[in-house]
Amino acid sequence: MIEVRHLSKSFDGVEVLKDINAQFHKGKVNQVIGKSGSGKSVLAKCIVGLLAPTEGEVLYSGESFQQMDKERKKLLRQEIGMLFQGGALFDSLTVLENVMFPLRMFATMSVAEMRDRADFCLRRVRIEGQDHKYPAEISGGMQKRVGIARAIAMQPKYLFVDEPNSGLDPQTSIVIDELTKEITEEFDTTTLVITHDMNSVMGIADHIFFVHNRQLWWQGTREELLRSDNQELQEFIFAGSLMRQVRQAMEKR
Amino acid sequence: MGLLFHIGRYFMLLGEVFSKPERRSVYWRRTVEEMDLLGVKSLGIVSLLSLFMGAVIAIQTKTNIDSPLIPFYVVGFTVRQSTILEFSPTIISLILAGKVGSTIAAEIGSMRVREQIDALDIMGVNSAGYLILPKIVATAIINPFLIMISMFLSIFGGWMAGVLTGIISSNNYIAGVQWDFDPYIVTYALIKTVVFAVIIATVSAYHGYYTQGGTREVGISSTKAVVYSDVVILIANYLLTQLLLL
Repeated sequence: MIEVRHLSKSFDGVEVLKDINAQFHKGKVNQVIGKSGSGKSVLAKCIVGLLAPTEGEVLYSGESFQQMDKERKKLLRQEIGMLFQGGALFDSLTVLENVMFPLRMFATMSVAEMRDRADFCLRRVRIEGQDHKYPAEISGGMQKRVGIARAIAMQPKYLFVDEPNSGLDPQTSIVIDELTKEITEEFDTTTLVITHDMNSVMGIADHIFFVHNRQLWWQGTREELLRSDNQELQEFIFAGSLMRQVRQAMEKR
Repeated sequence: MGLLFHIGRYFMLLGEVFSKPERRSVYWRRTVEEMDLLGVKSLGIVSLLSLFMGAVIAIQTKTNIDSPLIPFYVVGFTVRQSTILEFSPTIISLILAGKVGSTIAAEIGSMRVREQIDALDIMGVNSAGYLILPKIVATAIINPFLIMISMFLSIFGGWMAGVLTGIISSNNYIAGVQWDFDPYIVTYALIKTVVFAVIIATVSAYHGYYTQGGTREVGISSTKAVVYSDVVILIANYLLTQLLLL
């Protein structure tokens, strides 16, 4: 489990996040939603340690990240997998080398074992026969799947997924969402997805956190989300025509 | 304050760069790749520049100091001295700052804006060490070889220009090259080369590593990398010359 306590973050005196308190549970897909610029990506970066919070702390399985020494942080990071918005695959490495990269850096196994593990991860995300291609030679959807394969190579306890569906067609988005859900259940990871895609939220979210006006404005399940009378949340989730139709259908019932 | 901030952050980055590598074999493999990319692939431009540089020094020396009072060996001697002391280590390093420095800054800057450095950090990899240390080691190893090749080609270029244009005989040129040779000047040149190589790699990597924004900022970082590398090389050149030759 990941716990965020009284987390605030400012840049040059401008407050971006204010007193965020949240618990992200193990084996669940926790989705952080919010408008562009609401601070959800900053929240994710504070949680993974890419940004230092101005105030507050982040606890991984009860252990404060801010209190850890450099070596402990390094070890913890080997338990974290992250899929970035653009994939963040290394351009100079092939698909196979990208997935093997964290294993080469940290795992104590033979090259053959690393290859087997990388092959398993690639099969798990349904990629085969692309081992020797470079990231630029595969589609955006494939890059995301390779990113997931790389994220799970070290069998992480914590999985972070940043805007997984940006730039993808609806079908590929569903594939990425399903993979995120399957991997969370299969590896029992604490998964945190940053998104503003309501299809993804309605498809796979176990628990939803709505960030608005620098604060954690609302949290709950999918069912609670649809029935919430929170004004700002309503405006956000029913902004699209599809979600408006869902609401109309619910009101008719 | 801005300058002090950058100097402080530069040395803090170097602290990260020289911390213990996660896996030495991976770092070594990357160093070999960088030696090819940053060193071997610069051989063409270094060779071309050096040949013409030597040729021009020879012709200019002969035409500017053409007097019966000037000894016959002066052309070869001048080409050798100016090549070894200044032109090869300094001018070629300035050229390499343009070629290699912009490559380093653009590569690392692109990785920064495309979140690849964040990916390394989240994995627990020391991104500064992984990306920058192999480049420093590679340039510090390969640049002295490049500069020695440059020295040879520049002196050879002087011989070609002198002999082919008939302004000096081959024997006189070679005698001038051999006259009053002090091997220490080669040591001095190689010390400078190694220092300049480290400057090129670290200053350029610094600008790439702290790139913020998008592709436009990557371009700005590349330009800054070249400009600041050149400035630091010129300052270091003056200091090293005073330190090693006086």
